[in-house]
Amino acid sequence: MSNVLVLVDHTGGTVRKTTAELLTIARRLGEPVAVYIGDGVQDALPALGQYGATKVIALTNPELSQYLVAPKAEALQQVAAKVEPSAILISSSAEGKEIAARLAVKLDSGLITDAVDVQEGPVTTQSVFAGNYTVQAKVTHGTPIITVKPNSATPEAAETSPEVEEFDVTISDAAKTARITDSKPREATGRPELTEAAIIVSGGRGTGGDFGPVEAFADSLGAAVGASRAAVDSGWYPHAYQVGQTGKTVSPQLYVAAGISGAIQHRAGMQTSKTIVAVNKDEEAPIFELVDFGVVGDLHKVLPAATEEVTKRKS
Amino acid sequence: MKIVVCAKFVPDATADRRFRSEDNTVDRAGVDGLLSELDEYAVEAALTVKENGDAEVTVLTVGPEQAADAVKKGLQMGADAGVHVIDDAIHGSDAVATSLILAKALSKLEADLVVFGMGSTDGGMGVVPAMVAERLGLPAVTLGSEVTVDGTTVKIRRDGDLASDTVEGTLPLVLSVSDQANEPRYPSFKGIMAAKKKPVETWSLADLELSGDQVGQAAAWTEVVEVTARPPRTAGTIVADEDGSGAAQLVEFLSTNKFL
Ligand SMILES: Cc1cc2nc3c(=O)[nH]c(=O)nc-3n(C[C@H](O)[C@H](O)[C@H](O)COP(=O)(O)OP(=O)(O)OC[C@H]3O[C@@H](n4cnc5c(N)ncnc54)[C@H](O)[C@@H]3O)c2cc1C
Ligand SMILES: Nc1ncnc2c1ncn2[C@@H]1O[C@H](COP(=O)(O)O)[C@@H](O)[C@H]1O
Repeated sequence: MSNVLVLVDHTGGTVRKTTAELLTIARRLGEPVAVYIGDGVQDALPALGQYGATKVIALTNPELSQYLVAPKAEALQQVAAKVEPSAILISSSAEGKEIAARLAVKLDSGLITDAVDVQEGPVTTQSVFAGNYTVQAKVTHGTPIITVKPNSATPEAAETSPEVEEFDVTISDAAKTARITDSKPREATGRPELTEAAIIVSGGRGTGGDFGPVEAFADSLGAAVGASRAAVDSGWYPHAYQVGQTGKTVSPQLYVAAGISGAIQHRAGMQTSKTIVAVNKDEEAPIFELVDFGVVGDLHKVLPAATEEVTKRKS
Repeated sequence: MKIVVCAKFVPDATADRRFRSEDNTVDRAGVDGLLSELDEYAVEAALTVKENGDAEVTVLTVGPEQAADAVKKGLQMGADAGVHVIDDAIHGSDAVATSLILAKALSKLEADLVVFGMGSTDGGMGVVPAMVAERLGLPAVTLGSEVTVDGTTVKIRRDGDLASDTVEGTLPLVLSVSDQANEPRYPSFKGIMAAKKKPVETWSLADLELSGDQVGQAAAWTEVVEVTARPPRTAGTIVADEDGSGAAQLVEFLSTNKFL
């Protein structure tokens, strides 16, 4: 069977859920070979084995972490030359897409980004034009390079005990010309990661700047908090939580939009959510065209009452 | 300093965007289009650099006849010159081929600083800047939410999921800016009048020493096999909260659907 490279997404050895999803997808296409960049591969090993990695290629050159994406693309090119994979899967983060972009040029290969499903072929499914169309595509030249969105597969365990192979890469000076000179970690909120959450409660301009009711309702449901661009631009909530075309694309089981009108650019980031709920005081708001359940009312009244009711039912 | 802004002409997001049934490519001719809003941030970033130093700003676009509007908008905002690469063979190019055309044009323009938007509002892959940087062998600092250019040093703030990083590089360099980077200016009346006299060059593939078989649909390394319009969502239940029962009904809905 052919090898399928999966670039592992991790923070210091803790493997992110997207990697389990990629490994699950890779098994449909061939034998998953995980490429691990950075320290901590031993910590990551159990998780990689659990989802079926047959081998783990570990790259520990320090340059790979100090600089931006260019060295990682060079490293993957060298790994690909050795492994000769039939496809390369990378998560669709900003960094993942740039690595994929550079790799596509290096390997003279077709690139598909933001796949929401990948099946044998590989044939990919993407959601385009604000989720109004579904497109199926394939790569016709070179090694298919596919970036895959979070939540595109349900991770399925397939226990293996992969060997770790240390692989030494050579990084050119040219790849080291853009460097990270400072890094301020984002504060943890204790809430689920936006792109991975099963439930998201988002607030918009209708919050009037008070995200308290949105956060409280989210916490009662164990949800992540999102925001519209209007709320972000007003400085009410950090940009990292923006949902939409220029924010995150999310596809949770449940999306609750509170005080959000439902502009096309916001829809672009949430339209594929399984169930959509809105609270908006304007019954004409376009968001109501999308909903499974909508409440026409003031979010400052509806959300706190709903929070109380949820808390009561759960206890 | 020579600054080139890569700006794309895209179908209007608020209009009815669609695919051409004959070849599954984005219909760019049959719908209204405009300069991608996200590339306005790139134009603005370039103009700001120019205001703080000595620079010439050129707007570069690759696209069909109507794409001249994207160049025009850039000139109206304050760019000095425009280049429009247009050739029948370009239709159907994917990101890899588009990056080849842009890279050739940028070499010809001898750009010191190349500014991109964070992604086009139609394709939205956000990969062209990295591809162009790769082809030109230039450093890339991408998705800047704050940009400072000091001499030959370009510094950006880049807000990631886990951290907010400061990233630095030296000219010549590829930069892309997010929609957090600035507030794009509106063309003034004076700007609109002045734009009419600014030079715009039109280049064909031959001008870039490229041949038709290197780009376009034949050289696209991805193929769309099927396009399906998303079925409209079935109308949901909408309740009014006038009597204060909205929250209870909402929670009942969540409970029935097993979200609690
Ligand atoms: C290139 C581009 C990219 C963009 N990217 C994004 C993006 O990524 N994400 C995004 O969200 N937007 C994006 N936008 C902006 C988008 O077009 C809208 O402007 C934005 O989504 C509006 O946010 P909103 O719904 O919160 O505000 P509004 O449209 O002002 O809507 C506020 C809503 O709140 C309701 N409301 C007010 N008070 C209350 C109350 N007390 N209780 C209940 N409801 C109340 C109102 O009835 C209204 O429907 C983008 C725009 C462009 C041009
Ligand atoms: N046809 C084009 N002409 C000029 N610039 C382009 C073109 N396509 C993409 N770009 C630039 O590349 C950026 C990213 O595009 P994309 O990778 O398509 O999302 C855009 O914001 C533009 O700055």
